[in-house]
Amino acid sequence: MATATLERSSERDVGAGRGQWRELWGRLRVKKLAVISMVLIVVIYGSGLFAPLLAPYSYTDQNLDRALEGPSRDHWLGTDRLGRDMLSRAMYSARTTLIVTAAVLLTGSIVLGNGLGLLAGYRGGWIDNAVMRAGEILSSLPGIPMLILINAGLAPRAIEATRWIEDHTPLTGLTGTGFASYLIVFAGLSLFSWIGTARLIRALVFQLRERDFIMAAEGLGATGRRVISRHLLPNVTFLIVLQLSSGLGAIAGSEIVLTWFGVGVQPPAPSFGAMLFDGSGARTFQSHPHILLVPGVIVTLLLYAFVLLGDAVNDSFARR
Amino acid sequence: MTAYVVRRLAWLPIVLFVVSFLSFAIMRFGPGDPVTVAAGQYRDPEVLARIRAEKGLDDSLVIQYARWVSAALRGDFGDSILQRTFTVSELMFPKMWVSAQLGVIALAIVFVVGVPLGLIAARLNGTWIDPFIVSSLLFLQAIPVLVLIPPLLWLFALQFRILPVGGWGGLIDIYWVGGVVALPIPDPHLYLPLLAYTLGGFAGVARLVRITALEVTREDYIRTARAKGLSEATVFFRHILRNSLLPIVTSVGLALASVVEGAFFVETLLGIPGIGSFLFEASRSRDYDTIMATTVIIAFVFVLTNLIVELTYGFIDPRVRVQASR
Repeated sequence: MATATLERSSERDVGAGRGQWRELWGRLRVKKLAVISMVLIVVIYGSGLFAPLLAPYSYTDQNLDRALEGPSRDHWLGTDRLGRDMLSRAMYSARTTLIVTAAVLLTGSIVLGNGLGLLAGYRGGWIDNAVMRAGEILSSLPGIPMLILINAGLAPRAIEATRWIEDHTPLTGLTGTGFASYLIVFAGLSLFSWIGTARLIRALVFQLRERDFIMAAEGLGATGRRVISRHLLPNVTFLIVLQLSSGLGAIAGSEIVLTWFGVGVQPPAPSFGAMLFDGSGARTFQSHPHILLVPGVIVTLLLYAFVLLGDAVNDSFARR
Repeated sequence: MTAYVVRRLAWLPIVLFVVSFLSFAIMRFGPGDPVTVAAGQYRDPEVLARIRAEKGLDDSLVIQYARWVSAALRGDFGDSILQRTFTVSELMFPKMWVSAQLGVIALAIVFVVGVPLGLIAARLNGTWIDPFIVSSLLFLQAIPVLVLIPPLLWLFALQFRILPVGGWGGLIDIYWVGGVVALPIPDPHLYLPLLAYTLGGFAGVARLVRITALEVTREDYIRTARAKGLSEATVFFRHILRNSLLPIVTSVGLALASVVEGAFFVETLLGIPGIGSFLFEASRSRDYDTIMATTVIIAFVFVLTNLIVELTYGFIDPRVRVQASR
C-alpha cells in the first residue's frame, strides 16, 4: 500500500532535480515529530559511531564481583550477568546496528536495488522479466524462517571464508571480531532488501525513458550505460530518502531478531539482540529489570523513531 | 479470469520448488551431513560410511533432492534426528495445528480491532485524536515482541498470578458453576500469546484502513453523494465504508506475515508447542529432515494464503479482474 502511494506520487515528480532535497528538508523541518525522530536516530547512531571514544568501559570487560548491579555512579546503566557495563555494551550494540544497517542499505538497497531497478526499467524485455520474477519469488517467501535457515546453514562456511581471507590477505584478527557473523547477517538481509527499491526505481524509469531528454540522449548516440548512469541515475537517487526511512528500521529489527535467535551476530560481538536475550526471562525481569529495560527501551525508541520518520517522509511525498 | 487464476496457481509449485531447493542446498552446503549429526559422539568411520551408502547420501545433490521431493509428495518427510523413533510428520502436524489455531484467532482479532480503529481515526481526521491514534499505532508497531513479553509475563504471571507462565492447554476450558452449569471459557494460556501476536498486526491494519478511508473520503463520488442530500450515515456506511474495505483483503497477507514471524518469538518465549518453536529447536541442532519439512510447510501455507487473498481480491473487485485478463 505504501509503495503504491509512493509510486503514484513519484509519477508527478518525474524528472525533478536536486531542488527536491531542499524541499523535502523544508517540509520535514516543520514537523516536530520528524525532527525529534531524526535527533534520536542521530544520537543512537552517533553513540555507536563514536563508541570507542565515548564508552566508559570495553564491552568485554568482566567484573564478576559487581555482576547484575543496578544503575550506580560507576555504571550509569548497571551491569549484566558477567559484570559488564551495560552502557558500554549498549553503545557497542548501537555500533553493530549501525554497521549492519549501513552495509545492508548500501549493497542491498542502493547498489542492488538501484542497479537492478534501473537495468530492468531501461532494458525491459527478458532482463526486466528475470529481475521482477526473482523479486516476486523472494518476496513471497516468509522472511524470518528463511533468514534463520540461511544464517544457521551458512555460518560455518562464513567462518571458513574469514580464515581464508586472513591467510591470504594482509588483514588479520578478523575471526576475533566476529567478522564472519556480520558477513552472514549482512548477506542474508541484503538478499531480501533490494526488492522494494528495485520495484520503485523500475516504475519510475519506465516513465522517465519516454521523456524527451532521454530520447534526445539516445538520438545523439549515447550508449545504454551512459544513459543509465548520466541521465537516469541522477533522477532517481532522490528516492534513496524513502529507502532510508522505510528500510532502515526493518533491517535493524531483523538483525536484532536474528541475533536473539542465536544465528545473527555471534558473541563476544555486542548486539541488542544478545542483550535482549539475556533479559528475556520473567524471573530475570522480576529481580533485575534493567537487563531487559536498557536494550529494550533503546531498541523501541530507535524503531519508533524510524517509523515516525518514515511516516513523515511519506506524508511529505504524498502531499506534493 | 480463468487464465488469471491458472497463472497465479502455477506460481505455487515454482515458489515451493525454490524454497525447498534453497533449503536443501543451504543445509548440505554447511559442514557435516545428517549421518554425522545423528551419530553424535559415536564416530566409527566404517559404520558411518555404510549408513551413508544405505541412505544414498553418496549420490549427487540433485539426485538426493529429487528423492526428497518424491518422498515429500507422498507425504513422507523423513525421520527426526532430535526425537528418535518419530517421523517428522508425526511431530510436525500436531504442532502445526496448535500454531494454526492461535494464528487464526489472532488474525480474527487483528481485523475486529484494527478495522473500526482505523475508521474512527479517519472519521476524526482534523481533530487532535487522529494524530494521537496514529502515533500510538506506530508505537505499537515499533515495540518488538521480544521486549514486550517479559514484562507482561512478570506482571500477569508473577505479580498478579492470574495467568500461567507459559505452555499450552487447548482453546476452551469448561468452568462448572455450582456443579450444574457448564461455562466454556477461553483457556488462560491463550491471552498472552494472543496479545503479543495482535498488537503489531492490528496497528498495521488500522493504519491501512485509515489511509484508505481518507483517500475514499476525498473522492468525487462522495461529494456527489453528499450533494444529492444523502444522510451522513448513509454516506459513511454505504459509500465510504464499502470502498475502504476492499484493500483490507490485501492486508490479510500483511497481517499473516506478522503472525507467522511473531510465531517464532512468541512460541519460543512462552513455551508453546507450535511450529515456530519446533523450527527453532530443529535449527539449533541441525535436524536436517525436520528443518526441510518445516520450512517448506511454512512457506506452503504462507504462499497459499497470499494466493487465496489475491484471488479473492480479484473476485471482489471487478477492476482487478479486468486489468489482469488483459
